[in-house]
Amino acid sequence: MELPVISNAPSSGGGCSSSGCGSSSDAMAHLPDSIRQKVQDHPCYSEDAHHYFARMHVAVAPACNIQCNYCNRKYDCANESRPGVVSELLHPDQAVTKVLAVAATIPQMTVLGIAGPGDPLANPARTFETFRQLSDKAPDIKLCLSTNGLTLPEHVDEIAKHNIDHVTITINCVDPEIGAQIYPWIYWQNRRLRGVEAARILIEQQQKGLEMLTSRGILVKVNSVMIPGVNDEHLKEVSKVVKAKGAFLHNVMPLIAEAEHGTYYGLMEQPSPTPEQLQALQDECGGDMAMMRHCRQCRADAVGLLGEDRGAEFTLDKLADMDIDYEAAMQTRQEVRENLLEQLAAKRAGAPAAEVTALAGVPADSRPVLMAVAAKNGVVGEHFGHAREFLVYEASPKGVRLMGHRKVDLYCNGATDCGDSGEGGQPAGSILDQIIHALSGCEQVLCARIGFEPWGQLEAAGIQPNGEHAMEPVEDAVLAVYREMSAAGKLAAPADKLNKVA
Amino acid sequence: MALQIVDLCVNCWACVDVCPNQAVVEDVPHFLINEQACTECLGDHAEAQCAAICPIEGAIVNELGEPLNPPGSLTGIPLDKLRELGLLDREAA
Ligand code: SF4
Ligand code: SF4
Repeated sequence: MELPVISNAPSSGGGCSSSGCGSSSDAMAHLPDSIRQKVQDHPCYSEDAHHYFARMHVAVAPACNIQCNYCNRKYDCANESRPGVVSELLHPDQAVTKVLAVAATIPQMTVLGIAGPGDPLANPARTFETFRQLSDKAPDIKLCLSTNGLTLPEHVDEIAKHNIDHVTITINCVDPEIGAQIYPWIYWQNRRLRGVEAARILIEQQQKGLEMLTSRGILVKVNSVMIPGVNDEHLKEVSKVVKAKGAFLHNVMPLIAEAEHGTYYGLMEQPSPTPEQLQALQDECGGDMAMMRHCRQCRADAVGLLGEDRGAEFTLDKLADMDIDYEAAMQTRQEVRENLLEQLAAKRAGAPAAEVTALAGVPADSRPVLMAVAAKNGVVGEHFGHAREFLVYEASPKGVRLMGHRKVDLYCNGATDCGDSGEGGQPAGSILDQIIHALSGCEQVLCARIGFEPWGQLEAAGIQPNGEHAMEPVEDAVLAVYREMSAAGKLAAPADKLNKVA
Repeated sequence: MALQIVDLCVNCWACVDVCPNQAVVEDVPHFLINEQACTECLGDHAEAQCAAICPIEGAIVNELGEPLNPPGSLTGIPLDKLRELGLLDREAA
């Protein structure tokens, strides 16, 4: 059984430990030990665990009971963890078979989530049947679910029974007037309700569900979709309210609205936030509570480490041919998990010391720098042209922290030259423009390799490509580049090119 | 009297779960309403339940073939906009 490549130098404080990505100590600082204990090996909730532990989602919940303006049920949803109703839908028995097979193949698997494609709690029979069987057959796997919250209060007892300790509620507003601009209708007590009344009921149910869960000690994360001009300012209020009610994490995600998704926002040309706008809002909300900056908005049927999807290895016909020893698999998971937890603990213990030494030699008044990294399994491991996302780090005299990730279209479609055309027949030039736009604000882009063509254009746009730290742990590489910039005297003056990148 | 599901249906199961008469049946390429079992919800609910939860405009029609959720009624996208985008004919077809 092969483990993925992970940083193997805990003693040097490398990889994710030094801060940022390893800032779980910061992000989780306000949490009681009991909660920290619960999330320490959860790939979605712990900023450094996401390099070590895998999660998967199963699509057993097709029905939904509300409409969001950023969703079209015909297509995969770009905003929430929803693959769209046409993707492979599983019956509970099939889902359980799949989970057990994945957990036997990927022993780092710790979390099974149900997030859709509709709303899990609009499909209570299918959702809870899946959870019931899994609690029975693989009690070591953590269960979680995501919901819009509309029917959450009536299901809290059932949730508590299945020992589901993580629930995500998508809360986009606490003001019905704003809600009416996000939710055109809800299905409530056998009627379709619309407008402010519908939004008021949805908000009440979400808040009530949140309180009921936290009062029972069930962890609640809140997801919000940032919709410029609709709820962007308002989300600061949301952040305060949900924190006061005991949510342990607030995850602000950017609206993704393209006309081809056929959503209301897409067709009505509602703008999405720029990376800078998102970051500014996350920073403001972050003052109030832990923010989740590494969230990838993964699909409801995603399998694997965060940011990767091995779902194609586990389709129904492939599952039929697998021969699995479930007892042995559980044993293996136990061993792998203990091993990984030890590595994590070692890194976390080593972190503070590493942070101090890490920046020796960089003047304390040096300006911070944003860098984009084409990462793979915690190292600078991806070719520029193969990256579907870049992690954005801020390096400063205080250390390195993960600021977020930026999704891009694939620049290289597999052609050897990486030069002429991109994915879907789009000219590579225009994809490169989009990537450059997505990386605006970054001064460096670290990757394993990069072609001649994109190199020149990135440089011209004020983003320095850097392939010299290939395969190094991400944070070590960012720090090294920051040091090089410092040594070259580039950190004293304010970055003049920083804001000109379009 | 009975309602009918047409090929705009995306097989999302929502109507199956809320029908008081178990009249919706899973089928390919799309779900169907058993016209023997469907009462249009008379006596049970003020609104036909399948049509009250269905997320797809035009997917459920009455005996005259008229959609219970006509274009724009669920998304709120103005008809002019739908027409301009060339989406109106397809939805209504
Ligand atoms: S109208 Fe009522 S009875 Fe007929 S299929 Fe729809 S929900 Fe069932
Ligand atoms: S609710 Fe509408 S789209 Fe969903 S299965 Fe029923 S008819 Fe089809």
